[in-house]
Amino acid sequence: MTVKHHLTEPLLMAYAAGTLPEAFDLVVASHVSLCDSCRAAVEGFEALGGAVLEDMTEDLDLSDASLEATMALIAAGPAEEPAPIAVRDPVLPGPLVQYVGGGLDAVKWRSLGRGVKQAILPTGSDEATARLLYIPAGMAMPEHGHGGMELTLVLQGAFADEDDRFARGDVEIGTEDMEHTPVAEMGADCICLAATTAPLQFKGLVPRMLQPIFRI
Amino acid sequence: DNTATARDNWTELLVRIAEHRDQSAFAALFRHFGPRVRSYLMKSGASPTMAEEAMQEAMAAVWHKAHLFNPTKASATTWIFTVARNKRIDAIRQQKRPEPEELPWAMSETPEQEEEVARMEESKLLAEAIGKLPERQQKLIRLAYFGEMSHSEIAADTGLPIGTIKSRIRLGLERLRYEMSTKTV
Ligand SMILES: [Zn+2]
Ligand SMILES: [Zn+2]
Repeated sequence: MTVKHHLTEPLLMAYAAGTLPEAFDLVVASHVSLCDSCRAAVEGFEALGGAVLEDMTEDLDLSDASLEATMALIAAGPAEEPAPIAVRDPVLPGPLVQYVGGGLDAVKWRSLGRGVKQAILPTGSDEATARLLYIPAGMAMPEHGHGGMELTLVLQGAFADEDDRFARGDVEIGTEDMEHTPVAEMGADCICLAATTAPLQFKGLVPRMLQPIFRI
Repeated sequence: DNTATARDNWTELLVRIAEHRDQSAFAALFRHFGPRVRSYLMKSGASPTMAEEAMQEAMAAVWHKAHLFNPTKASATTWIFTVARNKRIDAIRQQKRPEPEELPWAMSETPEQEEEVARMEESKLLAEAIGKLPERQQKLIRLAYFGEMSHSEIAADTGLPIGTIKSRIRLGLERLRYEMSTKTV
């Protein structure tokens, strides 16, 4: 699989730094699971983080009590962590399997009408929302602007907007001033992971949704 | 054991913790990284008390997860950074951290020992390269890691348009990359 549309360097850096909202982290982790070049970039930015850590110069005094308290913590045993879900899914990359709680068949879809479905994935921050979108082949996504930033990762099928085509592994980065009308290609139904900083501003959501556009 | 001579001190200590639960190795690692992790957490928005607490938890996680440290994938410093970063996300931001899927076939052409030395060298070169950047760019890189300000906040604060900030950071990274490539060839 060849990924054509990648994440930007500032986004990969922010993921490595751990400063993104969780919903965006989920898109980055899912894309990186499918893309070796972005994986390499994240590892590079983590090494840069290591250099930043090594370079810390302020407040480096340390008491013996600090080490003793840490040894006591160690003696108390490791923190409980839920065991990862060991499902492998042909559509959902590993990080998404964890959020869905299983493979594609475990997704709790809610219908938006005309075969379009979505499933909101709960995240620990309300700065951004993550959702899975299911758009039947040939159907247009509603025309919309973006309230903030929107990352859309294609997991199955493909969609195209006025400028580009996005297939499995590709990320579309939508910014505030951008307006476009993505259409799911004929063939496989399109499944995407979308993260948005603010609710999408749909224009005439329902009428658009009722007009499937067929591309031949 | 001739790999030990090629290893840096921190890698050696982490391996001793993983393999022998070596408390004196941990104490040495703690004295170096503990204060740095705490300082990083404070810069990232934690109060001194919270930073001390989160640092102790992060360093305890270093002990418990030491067996997951793979010196062919990351240097000790890089790995400890990722543990501290995850603690920051968990304790300060109260979010979960989605991690990428592990590569299903982690087969490498290069012998493990060479990979390990390569990771170590990269880390050393990166640190040197950062040190050579103009102070302003060094500061921007640190700000990005502390999450102290978003790009737009930095722009508002300095009166610079966002694009300039981004390209400054990018420029810094390109310089780093150049430094790395000329040194490793
Ligand atoms: Zn990529
Ligand atoms: Zn859009």
